[in-house]
Parts: sequence; structure tokens; C-alpha cells
Amino acid sequence: MSPDVVLSVRNLSVVFHTPDGDVVAVNDVSFDLRSGETLGIVGESGSGKSVTASSIMRLNNSNTASTTGSIIVSGVDVLTAEEDEVRRIRGSEVAMIFQDPLSALNPYYTVGKQIAEAYLVHHPKASKSEARLITLEMLKKVGIPNPDKRIDEFPHQFSGGMRQRIVIAIALINNPKILIADEPTTALDVTVQAQILDLMKELQTEFKMAIVLITHDLGVIAEAALDVLVMYGGRIVERSTVEALFSEPTHPYAWGLLGAVNSLGKSDRGALVTIAGSPPSLIALPTGCSFNPRCAYATEICTAEVPSLREVGSQESVSACHLPDDQILLLGRKAASL
Amino acid sequence: MFMFILRRVFFALVLLLAVSFFTYMLFAMLPSDPAALTCGKNCKPDVIAANRIRLGYDKSLIEQYWLFLKGIFVGRDYGTGAAAFSCGAPSLGYSFGQHECVTTLITQTFPVTAYLSIGAFILWMLIGISSGAVAALNKGKWQDRAASIFTSIGVSLPTFYIGLLVLFSVVIWLRILPFPSYESPFVDFPTFLRTMILPWLVLAVLSAASYTRLTRNGMLEAMNEDFVRLGVAKGLTTKIILRRYVMRQALVPIVTIAGLDFAGLLGGAIITESVFSLPGMGKMSIRAVVESDLPVLVGTTMVAAVFIVVANVLVDIAYGYLDPRVRVK
Repeated sequence: MSPDVVLSVRNLSVVFHTPDGDVVAVNDVSFDLRSGETLGIVGESGSGKSVTASSIMRLNNSNTASTTGSIIVSGVDVLTAEEDEVRRIRGSEVAMIFQDPLSALNPYYTVGKQIAEAYLVHHPKASKSEARLITLEMLKKVGIPNPDKRIDEFPHQFSGGMRQRIVIAIALINNPKILIADEPTTALDVTVQAQILDLMKELQTEFKMAIVLITHDLGVIAEAALDVLVMYGGRIVERSTVEALFSEPTHPYAWGLLGAVNSLGKSDRGALVTIAGSPPSLIALPTGCSFNPRCAYATEICTAEVPSLREVGSQESVSACHLPDDQILLLGRKAASL
Repeated sequence: MFMFILRRVFFALVLLLAVSFFTYMLFAMLPSDPAALTCGKNCKPDVIAANRIRLGYDKSLIEQYWLFLKGIFVGRDYGTGAAAFSCGAPSLGYSFGQHECVTTLITQTFPVTAYLSIGAFILWMLIGISSGAVAALNKGKWQDRAASIFTSIGVSLPTFYIGLLVLFSVVIWLRILPFPSYESPFVDFPTFLRTMILPWLVLAVLSAASYTRLTRNGMLEAMNEDFVRLGVAKGLTTKIILRRYVMRQALVPIVTIAGLDFAGLLGGAIITESVFSLPGMGKMSIRAVVESDLPVLVGTTMVAAVFIVVANVLVDIAYGYLDPRVRVK
């Protein structure tokens, strides 16, 4: 593991045991996160991106899910470590922002208490007044106006965007090395989305942390991330830089995503481009490549064999597709330029 | 907040006035002549007539109600001359069945009901909340199933059945405890405890059942909340999460219902008091029903109504403290 890698995920698989059978939500996912980097994870609902994120903090219910593989944070394998060790990592080394700021805050305590609580649990020797000062400082940093007054208000007295700022304040109070942002802007108004993304970027530079940004919104990825993982049916189907994803996508699913986005901006009165079919049920994934029923280029091998990730093209992109390299590059560039 | 309380108290008083009016009218309109009930079977007509005048039953209903209301604030005198007697304020009328002022009867019986209620209430909250918490924390395991069986039994079996069963097995069959005979705790504390332990337990276990369910479901619901997940992601200990996040939320409805249940109990645990022969307000009410002792019924109904109304106001105020979202600015 190279020294600037802060998070290393290897062969992560998560299986949920449900009354209807086992559901493989995440299948053999591996990636590295370097310090200060922003890694985007895109995919539809049920692609396994959120489960991957919650696995990093071991938030999956161990009674209903079995998680295998390894997740190394600061030399500790989160998946096998003792509960106390994981609790030490949670909130101090790795912090998390959730999708819905309206429900992510405890309605019964003031926001100040909730931020201070996160500080105090990792600094048992600190006094309450010390924690309050640090909380005030943090409220200023995340852009809450009148922090002296608002520190003693309850979550319901804040707007959605302001609440997400509070959640970010909670996440950053212990100066974590890694921030996992699970759809941090999905529940917010478009204007507020941009503000929150800007704030995250600004704080990322200040706190020198790495961010895992999970979203289904390619716009957010283009705005905030450097590298991207595209997930489908619980697997990584493409890994590339953001630039490469938008100029030379290497997986038919990514072509579809780009086509859908591009059709919004460009065509005058043309129909909205969509990916035919619907996301697969994780309980009965198609054999071979999970995307094959929706893929226009699928051949026999696609239903027979799961494609493995391989490097394609000159931009260090990695793709899990059975098509030959030259065809991928040709179709990819075409999809990007539509 | 002050205005909120003031408004609630005002409406509570209006409500109590309405309750008193309807209670008084309802009982006064029963098809029995209250004056005839004042003396036994072989009552002479002239005694009945005299009692009618003495107790005010000769006046119109509205006038009688007015005298009743007035009596609450200034007390009431009955009759004139040598046979005159009076019930001091707050007077709730005169019981011809027991030849005693209703207020006096209530002050005699209420402590018994209060001891029964308070003891049972503390026990049932302890049993209900802890068993509910154990069930929630062990969802699907044997503890959860045991709690669910307990809940079904508690909810479906009536007090008189369980009460008599316990009385029979513990007192008559096993002879662990003597037959209950109530004694004031200030006179003979050990006897008081020996008498109260069974009614406390029976009432507590049966009432705890619904609190077990309430606590279990409230906690499980809270555990699925996003803010609990964020609490875990902060690195908080399980203890803190359970106390400040899960229990805090589950307690809101529990406090609401507990306040009303407790107030209802203070109005007289009729069946429990009867089964264990406790001389409380509930038992007195039953006797008053049998003897058509209307003034006692009006009095106990009024007292019960006061507790319910007061509890409602207190629960409303407590709710504001429990849940900041409903706090009135």
C-alpha cells in the first residue's frame, strides 16, 4: 500500500440475507483512495454504491448482512477489527454525510450539542466549554450566520441547506482523513446544491481530506470529483478520471448515462434519451455481464461470462466489457460527442 | 409558554364545569326518588318529606345544581334547628347512604387509591419499559418472543380474572401472604405492604403489557431513523446512542399515555380494589352504584374528571419539553 493511500478496499462483497433469498448488493469491489483526492462513485439506485459507503464505516447490520473482503483505514481492517477500534475510527478518521439532512439530525437536541458530542466522544479529556468553542468555530467555517445564537437552536429551526452544513460540521469536527458523502446534495434545492459542493471543496483543501462522493448525478461528479467509479448491479463496471469519463467512456452503461445527460442540454426538441429496460433485481441478476439485457452491443459471451476489469485506451481507464478495445474507444468517443 | 399554560388551564376549568353539569343532571334524572332512598324500607312518608326538604331535593334541578356548585366553594348547610348539619367547603354533597359528607368520604378513601396507583404505576413503568427495551434489543430472539407472549396475556386477560387467580393461589392455596386486610401505612407499615403487594403486582403486570409493546415498537422505529445512523457514524458508544437517540424518541408517546393512564387510575381502580377489598375510591363508587347513593357518584366522578383534565394539561406541557418541535414560542 503506497504511503498516500488512506483507504484501500479489496474484494469487498456484501450479501444481505432476506426472506426471499440472498441479495448480493456489492460484488468484488476494489479501489484505493489517495489523501486529498475526491473519488466519485456513480450508479443507479440499487447499484451498490451506498452499501459500499456504509461498509467503510461498518454500518451494515451484521445480523442481516455478511461483508467479506478487506477495508484498510490507517492500517486497520475495518471489517475484522474490534468494535471499540471501529468506534474510534468512526467520526475521527472517517466521517460521513448522509443524503437527507432533514432526518439526519437528532430532533431532540440543539445542533450545538450534536456537534460538540461528536468532538467530546473522541476527546474524552476535553471540557464542555472547550467543545463549545470548537463547535462555534466550526459553525463559522461551514457558513452558518449568527453562530453564537444558532448554536443553541434545534434542527427544525434550520433550512435543509443549513442542516446539511450542520451535518458537515459534525463530520469535520474531528478533522477526519476521509469524508464519505452519500448523495450529499440529492435532497437539496439546485441552488443550494452548488453551495454545498463549493463548501465541501473549500473545506477539503483546508482540512486536507480525501472524499468519497456517492451520487447518481453526473453533474455533481463533473463538478466535484477527480476519479470516478461507475457501479452497476453491485460491481464496478468502469473506473476512470472524470475527464476520461466525459471524453472517452469505456463501458456501454456509461455511454447510456452520458447520452441521457447530453440529450438534456443539446437536442432542441428531440426525445429524452434513456437506457432501455430497467435496473436489474439484485435477487436475480442476469448471468454473465449484469448489463447484458439492456446493452445494444451484447453478444453470446456477455450472457455466459462475467467480464473482468481491464485497461482500455490511453487515459488509464479500466472497463469491464467484452467488446474489443478499438470498438469500445470508437463507440465511447461517439457517445461522448453526441 | 405562559400564555399557552394560561389558555390550557382556562379551557380545563370550562371543561370541568361542563363535566359537573352533565354528571349532576345525568344522575339526578335517574328514575329513583333520592329522598325515598335516604331511609330504609320501612320509611315513613313524613320522614321522606322531611329529608326531601333537608337535602334540597324539593327544589328544581337547576337550583339543586347551583347549590351543589356553590357548596364546592363555600360549603353547605343542611336543614334547620336541632337536626341541622353542615358540610364544609369544598362540599361535594351529602351521602344519605353512609350519612356522611361526600368530601369526608373521599378524603378517607382517596389515600388508599393513591397508594395503590402510585405503587402500581412505578412498578408497571419499570416492568413495561425494561421488558420492551430488552425485546427491542433482542428482536426476533427468545427474549422478544417472551415479551410478546407477556404482552398478549397482559392485554387479553382481565384484572378480575388474574386478580382472583393470584389471590387464590398465593393467599388461599400457597398461604404465602395473609388474606388482605387494609391498614394505613402510618399505622402498621408491614401489614400495609403485605396487603398492597399483590394488587400492585397484578395491576402493574397487566398494565405493563401495553407499555412493553409501546417501548419495543418505539425503539425499533427509532433505530431505523437516519439520525441514529449518524450517531453511530459519529463514533458514539452504544450506551449514549440508546439513551440520547433511541430512548429519547421512544419516550415521547410513552410519557403521554402514562400521564393519562395514571390519572385514570387515581379516579379509582374499581376492579382491583374490589378484588383485594381495598377501601379505596373505586370500591366506594361501586357501593354507591349498588345503593344508588347519587351524591357519592357525582363526587367521585368529579374527582376522577379533575385528575384526567389536570393530567391532560400536564401532558400537553410536558410534550413541549419532550419534543422541541412542538414547543410553543
